[in-house]
Amino acid sequence: MSRLARQLAEHQFTVTAEIAPPKGVDVRSALEHARSLKGVAAINVTDNQGANMRMSPMALAALLVREGVEPILQMTCRDRNRMALQSDLLGAAALGIENLLILSGDHVRFGDHPESRAVFDLDSVQFLEVVRKMEAGRDLAGRLLQGAPSFFAGAAVTPAAEPFELMFRKYRKKVDAGARFFQTQAFFDAEKLKRFMDEASSLGVPVMAGVLLVKSAGAARFINEHIPGVRVPDGIIGRLEKTVEPLEEGVAIARELVAAARDCCQGVHLMTLGHEDRIPDLLKG
Amino acid sequence: MIISEQKSREELLESIEDKNRLFLVGCAACATACKSGGEEEVFRMQEWLISVGREVTGSVIIDEACHIMRAGRDLRRHRDQVEEADALLVMTCGAGIQSISSSSEKRVIGALDTLFLGNIRRLGQYEEKCSLCGECILNETAGICPVTNCAKGLLNGPCGGMEEGKCEANREIDCAWSLIFDRLEKQQRRGVFARRVPPKNWGKTGKPGRHKIR
Repeated sequence: MSRLARQLAEHQFTVTAEIAPPKGVDVRSALEHARSLKGVAAINVTDNQGANMRMSPMALAALLVREGVEPILQMTCRDRNRMALQSDLLGAAALGIENLLILSGDHVRFGDHPESRAVFDLDSVQFLEVVRKMEAGRDLAGRLLQGAPSFFAGAAVTPAAEPFELMFRKYRKKVDAGARFFQTQAFFDAEKLKRFMDEASSLGVPVMAGVLLVKSAGAARFINEHIPGVRVPDGIIGRLEKTVEPLEEGVAIARELVAAARDCCQGVHLMTLGHEDRIPDLLKG
Repeated sequence: MIISEQKSREELLESIEDKNRLFLVGCAACATACKSGGEEEVFRMQEWLISVGREVTGSVIIDEACHIMRAGRDLRRHRDQVEEADALLVMTCGAGIQSISSSSEKRVIGALDTLFLGNIRRLGQYEEKCSLCGECILNETAGICPVTNCAKGLLNGPCGGMEEGKCEANREIDCAWSLIFDRLEKQQRRGVFARRVPPKNWGKTGKPGRHKIR
């Protein structure tokens, strides 16, 4: 059982963070980042995030395993068909990777290869079911596996998405397909998170709220323009504009969001965008 | 109908290379309707070719260039002009171009890019609604195809990028899943939300497609 699975099962308030694989073969800085992340149960390793081509997250996750750091391997449906996804699942298991985060994947138009052919042979619901099937010893075609993998597979949700009922139907499908934990997209509205959790908690799957450290008003505007599914509200941008120390204000905002998550979620997923050293500050109080 | 548009004149010049005499082929069906390869466009192409120093040996507008036998027959009717030409410049969809290339030994130069199977919104405005995927889910999705209208072709609901009912890939357009959801609600049906849709059988559109009416 992974540490992440154990902490969530024990109803501990669980913290995860994330790193991105390098664009290139030099993994030193990524590993340095990972080592510096103290007090987190596991670290997400992003999969060509924002549709930007980088090192395979499976390779970096395997390096983390070797370092004794527990990874959450993000896997999107955007770049691989059902055969490649399944063979990667088997590979990940062989490399000692236990935690997965199953995602659709950002559209290729946001990334650095906008002319590439997006795959989406499976969607995230179908992919979660494939994970469950393989854990039961068979592949998607029903063929018997020589040694079944064992994973702790989670999925993502955008609690503030509208229409709410539509978003929630997809959430329910992911739960039914076997998602065992959720990490949310970055949220900024505690009311909306609470509204989501009021509905979601009855399904009994632990939810970790995504908290994004926004370091300046400029960064917020960049995020709003370029990161799908994340919207920094005007009120937050206003706070970052008014202050002379935007990073400190950003840390304060993130700390408030973590506090809000403590009231209704089983943990937080911290996205600190290069300011990993501030994680202890976010968790204070 | 099949939506196509003309390649740029620069690209065409590159494809024509040093071919001096050209025979032009248009199509009276889709390429006429979307103004990429009808009578008028063939005429304008002829004028342009002459203006860049080429000779046009003749032209034909085939009723339906995708009809292989008919395309062959129409070419034979213009045998002399075709024979005179160094190449055939074909202003039809990709299917039509291949009817022609299978009917003649001459070098065939396609003048159009073929875009999609399109519905007509109004004259000159076309929308893709169907991707010819071979396994239709419309009965469960209130008559709105997620394979085509969802930028990711998702089958079990919207992605995390949906915002206020708009698409992640283009905020100007509605999220297909939001449209499906709204219409199902109006019809008081659960439709596609009543089950987890399994992975799609892409084997049904094995390339190249073949179909015979039995």
